[in-house]
Order: sequence, then structure tokens, then C-alpha cells
Amino acid sequence: MIAEELSKTAAAEREAQAQFEHRINVCVAASCLSSNSDKIKSALETEVKKKGLEKSCQVRGVGCMRLCSRGPLVSTETQGEDETQPASVLYQNVTPEDAPALVESLKGEPVKALECPTDTPFFKSQVTIVLENSGKIDPERIEEYIAVEGYATLLKALTTMTPAEVIAEISRSGLRGRGGAGYSTGLKWTTVAKANGGSRKYVICNADEGDPGAFMDRSVLESDPHRILEGMALAAYAVGASHGYIYVRAEYPLAIKRLRAAIRQAERNGLLGTNISGTTFSFTVELRLGAGAFVCGEETALIASIEGKRGQPRPRPPYPAESGVWGCPTLINNVETFANIVPIIREGGDWFAGIGTAKSKGTKVFALTGQIHNTGLIEVPMGTPLREIVYEIGGGIPGGKAFKAVQTGGPSGGCIPAQHLDSPVDYESLIQLGSFMGSGGMIIMDETSCMVDVATYFMEFCMSESCGKCVPCRVGTAHMYDLLQKITRGEATMADLDLLLEVCDVVKNTSLCGLGMGAPQPIFSTLRYFRDEYLAHIEAKQCPAGVCKIHEGNEEVIA
Amino acid sequence: MSPTVRVKTLTIDGQAVGAREDQTIMQVARENNIFVPALCAIEGLTPVGACRLCIVEVKGVNKLLPACATRIEEGMEVTTNSERVANYRRTILEMLFSEGNHICSVCVSNGHCELQTLAKKLGMTHVRVPYRSTMRRVDASHERFIADPNRCILCTRCVRVCDEIEGAHTWDVMGRGINSRIITDLSQPWGDSDSCTSCGKCVNVCPTGALFEKGKAVSEMSKRQEFLPYLTLMREGKK
Amino acid sequence: MSTPKVRVATIWLDGCSGCHMSLLDMDERLIELADKIDVVYTPLMDVKQFPKDVDVTLVEGAVNSHEDYERILEVRKNTKILVSLGDCAISANVPSMRNPFGVEVTLKRAYVENVTLNPQIPSKEVPPLMPLARPVHAVVKVDLFVQGCPPSADTIHFVIAELLEGRTPDLSERTRFGA
Ligand SMILES: Cc1cc2nc3c(=O)[nH]c(=O)nc-3n(C[C@H](O)[C@H](O)[C@H](O)COP(=O)(O)O)c2cc1C
Ligand code: SF4
Ligand code: FES
Repeated sequence: MIAEELSKTAAAEREAQAQFEHRINVCVAASCLSSNSDKIKSALETEVKKKGLEKSCQVRGVGCMRLCSRGPLVSTETQGEDETQPASVLYQNVTPEDAPALVESLKGEPVKALECPTDTPFFKSQVTIVLENSGKIDPERIEEYIAVEGYATLLKALTTMTPAEVIAEISRSGLRGRGGAGYSTGLKWTTVAKANGGSRKYVICNADEGDPGAFMDRSVLESDPHRILEGMALAAYAVGASHGYIYVRAEYPLAIKRLRAAIRQAERNGLLGTNISGTTFSFTVELRLGAGAFVCGEETALIASIEGKRGQPRPRPPYPAESGVWGCPTLINNVETFANIVPIIREGGDWFAGIGTAKSKGTKVFALTGQIHNTGLIEVPMGTPLREIVYEIGGGIPGGKAFKAVQTGGPSGGCIPAQHLDSPVDYESLIQLGSFMGSGGMIIMDETSCMVDVATYFMEFCMSESCGKCVPCRVGTAHMYDLLQKITRGEATMADLDLLLEVCDVVKNTSLCGLGMGAPQPIFSTLRYFRDEYLAHIEAKQCPAGVCKIHEGNEEVIA
Repeated sequence: MSPTVRVKTLTIDGQAVGAREDQTIMQVARENNIFVPALCAIEGLTPVGACRLCIVEVKGVNKLLPACATRIEEGMEVTTNSERVANYRRTILEMLFSEGNHICSVCVSNGHCELQTLAKKLGMTHVRVPYRSTMRRVDASHERFIADPNRCILCTRCVRVCDEIEGAHTWDVMGRGINSRIITDLSQPWGDSDSCTSCGKCVNVCPTGALFEKGKAVSEMSKRQEFLPYLTLMREGKK
Repeated sequence: MSTPKVRVATIWLDGCSGCHMSLLDMDERLIELADKIDVVYTPLMDVKQFPKDVDVTLVEGAVNSHEDYERILEVRKNTKILVSLGDCAISANVPSMRNPFGVEVTLKRAYVENVTLNPQIPSKEVPPLMPLARPVHAVVKVDLFVQGCPPSADTIHFVIAELLEGRTPDLSERTRFGA
């Protein structure tokens, strides 16, 4: 497909869409699907047919509309006088039985009982770049992606920009990797572009998302898969790669299905494959399914897994940029990182750099979960204060309970207490608070959470996800877990706490990969802010939050 | 012969040394009689950087680096034995001792064990973390050898020698984290293995008494590892 | 006035007595030592109560039974310098080999399965086992670790001699686990 064909397809699709006076969008991303949004969709289709409205009303599946806790979500759009601004209503907690009422409402008043207000901070405080198409297009049809200018950026870059110019734009944007550590994307691309070992180069999209409570990447893949393919193709063009892998965990069947379909559609339309759009640039993408080991999200383990080996990290250097999959220079970026590429090239690096803070540019998608009113996906500019996320976007803590801490950064992250709620969310601030950006999980905890218990939970995760290769992580996580359990059972002494800290220090500083290095982090951060809770368990043999079961008895019993 | 290999200079513990650019810190240290402890690394097999005993400090690098798996660089300033690193190494040894059942006094390798020797050399007087006391099955199904996973430290030397040198790939690792263990074939008894050639290389590279010959009593099992560098040299010569 | 003698005790928890044999192997050097130390308690003497104000106690054996446990607490309370003597005290060594099996299986094996005449698990006289055989330092603070199974007479002599000189003996070149 060359540029003219692409715009023709886009125009045709837009025109086809304009034929419909009404549109009903049903969220078909995993969360709403799990509460039967597919049944709602068919009920709506049946209803539309029954009323003979097929010509004027389109029912379609769309990606995540973000407020997952109110799902299943459905939105209706009605073309007004002004064609670009259709009137739209969002509905929450919809059931298949609501279909007749919803279809009926297209002609008149919205269904008040189901209406979900959208003029709330949850929607108004968000800035969507990564999720710009999410909830707006049907992820299973490439035409809809093309209709919103999909692949136009790729073709523009291929025909009017040199690879170096593409990289320069990314560097100018200040984009940093969204997979955790926040490494400069422009710098990484430059390194891979310059690497000259190996016979060819690869681009890998890391879609292994394994942090407990995180579902940002999944949502992007399910809601807007072509955006990732286009971002990867731009990256491949920039660094000189001809082949790409998307490494996605097998627990994401819907994402896999949509990616497969998207790859097929893109290939059929000549937007992936050899000589894309008649240029000399060729790029193919293959899916690789991971079995769901958390450590396989670590880049060297991921590469080993792609090569069919046991998914274990290896020491770096050499970094993948120098020697990655099959020993070739490899660019590996996270899903959300790739999702930012198209807008940056389309709107320019300066535009992107204008959003966010001095060192953290753009937006960040968070999966908001835990003890909070509005759970779901949010996308906010970097630098947004935590308080705004918790109390405005998140709607605060339910049940009149007091906020206690917000956990960010997954198992390598930490818990941030109330006194730091006014800190901005960006890479550096989070590290300063003893936490971590991580991939974007954000778990809100209220006064009913015991922080030692929380640390124990994350340690159990690290212990069972440790790959077992290096000694400090393999054995150290088990000891840390046991010692934490001893504390939560009220059986520990201050000497145990000292020993725990010593083990933490060794595991942090001597482990081979980030899993081990980050594993003690939840302990460090809870000890930093909630030391009194540890002491209560150890000295007073009490769990202040009333979560832990304190064992009665003396040393003998424990032994 | 490989094409031009350049020479680089660096310092290890303040001593200026020269090295080929493709050498690791550990290789250069050893050439210069500077001791760096190691359990997973063994000359002749691909380094994996797993035991972390060889960690060293390099000026300007904020992480500790495994000497066995880190290439030297021009101007590097390496410190092999700071107090901090010595403490870490001792704790790592304690973790190893706590993980298995390393009861030296009844072990076939008593007196010939690399783990035991390092514990002495690095001054590990006792194990502060609790012993885990796990139970792992001994495999005595092979006609000549025995595998006692209770003494295994998961260095994967056996896995690598079998794969890289013997070419049989009988050994591998199964499970993850604290439940990892070495297996033969697809976790079948060693004696039933179709791939095992009974060459005994795994037994000889094993640093502890985890793999040993049948018929050896306490302290009788000493390992012969000279074959490895020899085989490696032979291979390189053939190239 | 002569300086008061150093009060030394030895106790034997769950071990094979090998460490005490090694101690006796010091032979004539014991007589030399007798000038400087008072052996105030040892399984080789007939003293019932562990004395107070002991300067140095050498512990052989692991903490395996409830009785061991009570005794080591008592010893710690009354000792200035507590020395784990030998691998059993330091690592629980051979006594710990029953740990992976659990108490019940161990007792059954010892008193029922391997016994032909009147097999039964004793309920009197034999002190009940704790869930795990543990090193001494897992129960009380230990000041010095003397590895070896058993540590040689020379090593033990060196340890006592150094302690008498008020020094912490450096054992790095003298002994190891299993030696
Ligand atoms: C234990 C561990 C798990 C990781 N899991 C993920 C993951 O699920 N997704 C991801 O993108 N990056 C993950 N990473 C980070 C990757 O190693 C790598 O840094 C990242 O994919 C680079 O992409 P970026 O530069 O776009 O962030 C993980 C790292 C570690 C140490
Ligand atoms: S730190 Fe943990 S996960 Fe990483 S290599 Fe070591 S054992 Fe494996
Ligand atoms: S010898 Fe280097 S990590 Fe084991």
C-alpha cells in the first residue's frame, strides 16, 4: 500500500462510518469481556436488527475505555450537525438486558440509570497519547486504524525521513523506556543503529508484562494493536532491522489473537513484509509466546526464551543492543514505549517534550487498583501529583477509610505514604521516595493494610518468580520471605530484623539481574516509612492493622 | 588463530597488568596470581555468572561485576577483595550452605570440596541464616555414578560440560527459584538416560560431592579437572 | 597473691562426644592448663548444677532435644565467652540429618522400624526432640566458632591458650568444616 492508497482507504472507511447516524461502541477488552461484554454486543446487534436500524446504527467492539471498575462499558455516538463532534454518552455496568433501552435512547434521552458521567476528573484530568485510539476504534479492523491516520506516519517516515532523522526526533522527544528503568529511548536506538556485529538486526517488543496488578500493556495490545506494529516498523527503519518479535505472555490470549490478526492484515495490505509501500524497507514481525514467567520480561531472559532456551538472564554487558537475539544487535522496548513512537514522529519530538517534567517527558499509563473508587487504566502527564491521581482521578478511598500508601513499581517498587502524596509522579521523584516507576502498576492501600504483610506478599512473588540461576536471589528471596513470615507471625526478634536487612543488602547488591536487585525494595521502603509496624510485630507481638495472625507461645514451640 | 587481538592495560588491586582484549577479569587476575573466588566458573566452559562469588569492584561502575563474565577494558581499575565484597561473599557462601545439606563430615568429597575450601579461605565461620533442611532424592540408578542433589549448589558446571564438551546435553536444570534442581534427560533416572555416555566429565567438574563415583567412602572422592583446559586447547588448535 | 584461675566449663549437647575425646587428647598439656584454669563443669565430672560466673564454656553438639534447649539457655546465662566447639555445635551437622524427615518419621525409624525386640517410641527417660536440630547460635549468642569434626587437640589447645592470653584465636589456617 502506498501513501495514496492509504489515504483512499482511510477516506473510504471514514465515509462508510459517516453513513451511520448512530454508533454503539462496546468495550471488548479483557476486563469488560470478562463480564460478558460480548453478550451485550450481540444483544445490541439483535436489537438493532429487530428495530430495522442496521443501516443507520452500527454496533462495534472497541478497545478499553479505561474506567474498568464500572464495566462493562458501552458508549453511544450520534452524528450531529457538526460532523466532527458527535454527541456521545457513556454507560456503565451494562447488561445484555439493557440493549433495548440503549437502542431506544438513540432517538431520545440517554438512559439515566446507566449513564456514566464523563465530565469527572477521572476523564478530564487524563491526557491520552498512548491510549488515543483506545476505546475509539475497533481493534480487529485495520481499516479503522487507517481511518484515524494509522500507518500514515510510517509511510511518511519511509518516504521523507532518513533513519537518522527518525532517531533524532525520538531523541528530541526525551522519551524514556516504559518497561521499568526509564532508559533513554533515543540513546538506545542510536546504539543499535550504530552496532555492526552480526548478520542482521532485530527489534523486539517486550509484552511480557508480569508485575502483579499491571495491565497497561495488555490493554494497549488489545485495544490498538496496529499502533505497536507501526511503532516497531518505525523503530526497525530507524535502527536498520528487518525482523521483529513480539514476546507476549500466553496468559493474554485476547492480545495474542488481536496481534495475530493485526499482523495478517498489515501484511495483506503491504504495511508489513518486503518492500513496504514500494520502498526498499522490509520488516516482518513474528509473535513469540511466553509461558508467563515474570523473569522472562527481563531482556536477556526474554531473548534466551525467544531462542528456545530456558528463560534465564545472563550478565550484561554485552547488552542486547550489541549482542541480542541470535547474537545480533537487538533493539528491545516495552509495549508502551512503542505506543509512543507514532505520535512523536507524527507530531514531532518537541511537541512530546512539551508534556511532562524536565526529565520525564510525555504521559504514563497506570493501572490503578486496590482500595480506590475508580479502578482502571489512566493516562496522565508525567509529573502529575500522586494526590491528584488518588483523590481526583481515582476518586479517593471507599468506605470512609484513611489512605495509607500507594505501591508503585511492582515487586521492585515501594510503598509511598501519605506525607508524600504531593510528590509528582516521574522517574526521579519515585526513586527518591524509595520506590520505582516500573511498568505502571499502582496499588492503593488503606488503613486496613498491614505493611509487613504487603512486603511479605511481594517477597513471596519474587521468591516464586526467581529463576534460580544466581545464588543471592535464589536463596536470599527464600530467606527474606521466611524472615518476613516470622515477623508477621509475631515470632521474630530484633536480631531477625538485622539479619533480614543484611540479607536484603546482599541480594540487592550481588544479584545477577533486576529481579534480585529489586526484590528487597518493598522491604526497604516499608521499613523506611512504616518501621513502627515492624516493631509492633516484633516487640509488642501485635499487628496494628489486625491482618497478621500472631502466634501465641514461646521460642520452644516455634523452634 | 583469531585475527589481531589487541592488548590492553588495567590495574587489579593496584597492580598494573596487561591482557588480551578478549580476556575476562578473572582470567587476567589468575594469570597474575591474584586470587578471585569462583564456584560456577571453570576454565574451559562458558562463564554464566551465577554463583556471584567472583564479584569485584570496578572504579566508576556502581554495580559489582562478576569477574568470570566481565571482559577487561582499557584503564579499568579493579579491586578484588574489599571488605564489603568479602562480607558479601561470606553471606553468599552461608546461603549456599543453608540451601542444601552440606554435612562435610560425612561427605565423599570431604577435604576435596571447592565449597568447603572456599568457606575456609573466605573465613565463613558459621551460617547465620537458618538451614532450610529440604529433602531431595538421591539418584543412584547409574551403574558408575551417584547424584546427591542435597549437595548440589546449582553451579551448572555439569550441564555445561555435558553440553559444550561432551555434546550429550544429558544434564539440565528444572524448576525455578529455590525449587531449581539439576536433572538428567527429561527428569528421568540417570541410569535410564539414553543420552548419557558415562564419560564422567560431569562428576569431575562438580565442585562438591553432589556427583561422585560409586564405591567411594567419606573423603575418598577427589576430582580430576585437568582434562578441561587440555580439551579446550586441543579444540582451538584444530580450528 | 596469685591471679584467680579462669573458670572453664564444657558441655555436651547432641554430639557424639568426639569433641570431648579430642579435648582429652590434649594429654599432658591438660596438666599445664590445670595451673591456669579451673574446670568447673563438664560431663566428665559429677556436677549436677551448671555453675555461675563461668568465664569460658565450650559447647559440643547441636540443640536437638528440649533438654538441650533448656541447658543451653542456662549455660548462656552463666557464661562470659561461649564457644561452639565442633561442627555439631556450629551447623547441627550429623544430628541435623534427621531434619528433612521430621521428628515422627525419625523416631519411628529409630525405635520401631529398626528394632525387632519390643519396638516402641520411648515416652520416658529419652528427652523429647524439638522439630529441628539446630546450631547453638540459632538459639543463643555464640562468641567463637571452632570448626572441625572433631577439631583436633592442637586446635582446642590453641583456642584455650589464646583465650587465656586474652586474644581472639585466629582459626582460619587451623581448621575447617569436616576436618
Ligand atoms: C525481572 C524483570 C522483569 C521485567 N519485566 C518486564 C516486562 O514485563 N515488560 C517490559 O517491558 N520490561 C520488563 N523488564 C525490563 C526489560 O528488561 C527491559 O529493560 C525493557 O523491556 C526495555 O524496554 P524500554 O527501554 O522500552 O523500557 C523487566 C526487567 C526485569 C529485571
Ligand atoms: S537475580 Fe534472580 S531472576 Fe535474576 S538471574 Fe538471579 S536468580 Fe535469576
Ligand atoms: S565464578 Fe563468577 S559468578 Fe560464579
